[in-house]
Amino acid sequence: MSSTEKYVAAAYLVVFVMILLYVVIIAAKLTRLDREVGELADDVRAQRQGEAAGDAAAGVADAGADG
Amino acid sequence: MKKLIAPLDNAVGLALLATLLIGVATAMTFFYAPVDEDGLNQKIFYFHVPIALTAYATFGWGAWKALVHLWKKKPGADLESYVAIHQGTIFGSLTLITGSIWAKLRWGHWWLWGEQELVLFLVIFLFYCTYFMLRYSIEAGPRRANISAVYALFGVVLIPISFLAIRLAENYIHPIAFTTNGPQMAGSQFGTFLVCLVAMFALAGALYRLELLGKRLDTKLRDLRELVLS
Repeated sequence: MSSTEKYVAAAYLVVFVMILLYVVIIAAKLTRLDREVGELADDVRAQRQGEAAGDAAAGVADAGADG
Repeated sequence: MKKLIAPLDNAVGLALLATLLIGVATAMTFFYAPVDEDGLNQKIFYFHVPIALTAYATFGWGAWKALVHLWKKKPGADLESYVAIHQGTIFGSLTLITGSIWAKLRWGHWWLWGEQELVLFLVIFLFYCTYFMLRYSIEAGPRRANISAVYALFGVVLIPISFLAIRLAENYIHPIAFTTNGPQMAGSQFGTFLVCLVAMFALAGALYRLELLGKRLDTKLRDLRELVLS
């Protein structure tokens, strides 16, 4: 490979690597967003379960008071 | 017409178009465009110049969106301006790197401080790099959006100066491929250049849409978290 060919290949390689790097950054961002959506879903689920448990406890207390 | 340009408004359509065009552009560069008297190093021209023009275009787009933000107060225009300028700095750094490699081959130097074209491009690039320092030194909100927009608009003035610098300079070694007499190259070379230019514009458009999508998703997720957990 001549020196000119090496330089031309290097110029094209830089462009390719930069685009690849950008894709990696976007992939990392999407992974983070995916994790955050999962965490948010878990939080909502926990909140709902907490509310349901609270309602059930209130229901038992009401039934006890009625009885 | 709306149906025709619809794919350009979506990240997947643009990414597919960019992939196809970059493949065609690379094939044309190495198998269609002839090697002229400059030798093989001239092949860098087909990517270096379109990348530089794309950097100018994205900086210009960023400034336009900044103007839309200031003028019409359109929601989202500030984010669009920021993403366009971010794309501009990516393409700007690629311009500087590929240009330096080409300069080393043609002139035997990685960089020449006496060349107005190179120095002015570096000034524009550094100007827009400081945009991010300014933006993140201000708390998020309307004040940050307004100051960033004004800064982005100032930078766009440098683009025509940079563009004309080489034509106004008396002593230069940076080649001029386009004069008032048209492109100074064979038809096949000009055709290849145009395909490379469209490919770079499509790539910039795809990356712009993708980044914008990510940023909007981020904002929506933050809003949703506040809504759900409040």
